[in-house]
Amino acid sequence: MRASPYTEYHPRWLRRRKSTYWWLERMSYLIFILRELSSAFVAWTVVFLLMLVHAVSRGDVAYQQFLSWSTSLPVMLWNLISLFFVVLHAATWFRLAPQAMVVHVGGRRLPGAVIAASNYLLWVMATVLVVWLLVGG
Amino acid sequence: MPDRITLEVARYRPENESAISFQKFEVPCHKEWVVLDGLNYIKDQLDGTLSYRWSCRMGVCGSCGMNVNGEPKLTCATFLADYAPGPVRVEPMTNFPLIRDLVVEIGDFMRKLTEVKPWIVRRKEKPLSEGEYLQTPSELDEYKQFSMCINCLLCYAACPIYGLEPDFIGPAAIALAQRYNLDSRDEGASERLDILSQHEGIWGCTFVGECSKVCPKDVDPAGAIQRYKLSASLASLKRLLMPWGAE
Repeated sequence: MRASPYTEYHPRWLRRRKSTYWWLERMSYLIFILRELSSAFVAWTVVFLLMLVHAVSRGDVAYQQFLSWSTSLPVMLWNLISLFFVVLHAATWFRLAPQAMVVHVGGRRLPGAVIAASNYLLWVMATVLVVWLLVGG
Repeated sequence: MPDRITLEVARYRPENESAISFQKFEVPCHKEWVVLDGLNYIKDQLDGTLSYRWSCRMGVCGSCGMNVNGEPKLTCATFLADYAPGPVRVEPMTNFPLIRDLVVEIGDFMRKLTEVKPWIVRRKEKPLSEGEYLQTPSELDEYKQFSMCINCLLCYAACPIYGLEPDFIGPAAIALAQRYNLDSRDEGASERLDILSQHEGIWGCTFVGECSKVCPKDVDPAGAIQRYKLSASLASLKRLLMPWGAE
């Protein structure tokens, strides 16, 4: 006979299962999951860049083929979605950076807002540099 | 403001129930009353069988953590008036086995807490005649934030990783380990690192950040874990590059 799981001095604990949809319970959980998902799009962006470099290295015809493929509607849509996730990836990590980075200047801890702002500033500077190289350089 | 408010309180009586049910109670809604006052009113006036933990009623002991309308809260610091006109749903903290009504089983945390050695470790104690271990205010500031933890476990209730992977050491235990690592009097960082650098330690955390949001003492366990990851990575790199000199 199977013993009862409940005794007077060892009460039966209730172990509640976590819902499969726990990530929909709070907005912060949803943003976390989207942030995790964004890593796949960051990886795709790197692959796309490597494909571009590879096409350039194979000559003009391969480069033109790559350009026509990358301007097709499905690829453009996919890259637009990727852009959204890459921006989300950067923004969410910049928001979290002050918690992970403790920087002291002159014996005082820098406020989190300064660390986050400096990340954004570097991002803008890098973007301006890339745009300058592509357009005006 | 209404003079009464309804509490929907989770009940679980293991001797004759196999799931949580909710029981409604109407309690006075005075402006200075917190959720815990409502529960005490139920216990004293309406149903003496209701089980829950509490002690200090002033946000120090960390006993009265529960989920209030789905959010992990210290019920002694959560005002009923903020939820008017109600109802207010009071549940046991998530991610823990439930013993009875609102009482959860926290043995898992207690075991993990001792594993990370949350005390000052010295390789060799100096003799009493040399006096106490002195510390400057800036050295105190390094760890003070993490020392405010009251082990209320709201961070565990908010952490989805702990809910999904119960082997994860968890936010409070890691924050307390970091509290001692950052203490200038402590010499036990490498001992703790061996425990916390495992997958179930700091690397189990994927930085959801909810632990820091729900912390009633602004301890920022998520920040402690990320800082720990950084120092663990640097220590590993040091061991790799200088195997003869690293601890």
